[in-house]
Amino acid sequence: MKYIRNIGAYFIMLFWVIRKPKKMSIFWNMFMNEVQFIGINSIPIVALMSTFMGAVISLQTASNMDSPLLPAYTVGYITQSSIILEFSPTIISLILAGKVGSNIASEIGTMRITEQIDALEIMGVNSINHLMLPKILASVIYFPILIVFSMFLGMFGGFLALVISDLQTTETYILGLRSWFDPYNIFYALTKTVAFGFIIVSVASFYGYYVKGGSLEVGKASTKAVVISSVVILIANFIITKLMLL
Amino acid sequence: MISVRNVNKSFGKQQVLFDVSADFEPGRINLIIGQSGQGKSVLAKSMVGLHEVDSGQILFDQRDFTTMEKSERSEIRQEIGMLFQGGALFDSMTVEENIKFPLSMFTKMTKKEMQDRVDFCLDRVNLQGRNALYPSECSGGMQKRVGIARAIAMNPKYLFCDEPNSGLDPKTAIVIDSLIRDITYEYGITTIVITHDMNSVMEIGDKVIFIHQGKKWWEGDRHSIITTDNPEIEAFVFASEFMKKIRVSLKAHNS
Repeated sequence: MKYIRNIGAYFIMLFWVIRKPKKMSIFWNMFMNEVQFIGINSIPIVALMSTFMGAVISLQTASNMDSPLLPAYTVGYITQSSIILEFSPTIISLILAGKVGSNIASEIGTMRITEQIDALEIMGVNSINHLMLPKILASVIYFPILIVFSMFLGMFGGFLALVISDLQTTETYILGLRSWFDPYNIFYALTKTVAFGFIIVSVASFYGYYVKGGSLEVGKASTKAVVISSVVILIANFIITKLMLL
Repeated sequence: MISVRNVNKSFGKQQVLFDVSADFEPGRINLIIGQSGQGKSVLAKSMVGLHEVDSGQILFDQRDFTTMEKSERSEIRQEIGMLFQGGALFDSMTVEENIKFPLSMFTKMTKKEMQDRVDFCLDRVNLQGRNALYPSECSGGMQKRVGIARAIAMNPKYLFCDEPNSGLDPKTAIVIDSLIRDITYEYGITTIVITHDMNSVMEIGDKVIFIHQGKKWWEGDRHSIITTDNPEIEAFVFASEFMKKIRVSLKAHNS
């Protein structure tokens, strides 16, 4: 019953989010701050994760490719497919759910318990729209950029691992990366990313906004935001894949 | 004037306010007092629309707040200033940005006009030159004063103060009380202060409403609260030994 009530409250919240901002200049400032926080500040963790995961994917693939019937460039092809189809859009989004989601839930939750949201409401500000729309738009616009960046670094990590380990030549790896490349996969991956960005920020905002109590509850809301958004991402991943790839 | 008419409010099965009616007059400081958990904050939050009442009316100069659309409420809310118990300053903004926020959100002032208004408000609460500080860099008393500056930035007709002296030393509490009094009289604001600080009651209580068990138990002014024989008021006002001694000496003086 509680879950159904939460789902209803979540969609009512979204109804208030999607409104024209009261003052565009204030919205723009907040949007740019969120781009900095959600996007720019996430670059180091995305870069680190992508490079090493790309390296590990290529090494694991190479270590399992001991059949002489498989061409050597298959390693590059599998690395490219894994990174574009699943690793960058889904795994990086799950990591961002932890980093960005918990931060947003804590930020909005703290604003709730310190009455900053009440202060906004009393001024006549639509606090849901004011606090959440810049975050949601920043994530929906900037997450795909982060994911494209992650794809490049993942494939670059794979290249470094293979060449440093002397398992493949540059030409073979690049041939693998270019083999059977389908631009539709990029479209599919970025569509997923937009959905995941929306889920992460809106779910985290929801749990932060409706927190009741003190700092302990803010911590619990932050944890819940990460867990629920991760579960919703996995479900959405399955649905989008079913709809777009099959 | 703000009028509350037969307001009832429950949270789940627990009723918190019972048929509360009261008038809060302009140009005067109206105090809502009572023990913790008796419903005074709920009453104040219901008056500004942070809680929806179950039944009854809340009238801002005859405009019924309870039946209004959200957009109409937004207009009235721009006439309300509120000082919160913890200040409720926006952490991510400086003192200046906090005060400027409602101005940039709701007015068409130029940057120069906004800056002048911010400086005026800071000057009014004796915080000249503190524009660049963040709330975390301000003391409790300073945060309250910034809260007052933000609350008066839009020239409000109605000012709500939720326990403005909580957590402050007696000297700073007097400064805050004086500020609230001066601003109320100077601009003819309808001021409502929720407090259980007896010093505030005696300093600024033009009108005092005592809330007990969710009901309006008593109404009077700061002079009559000392002399009333209402047992609940006596138990509240003269709870401490110090106040009991004052009561005895007052009675002796009067007789």
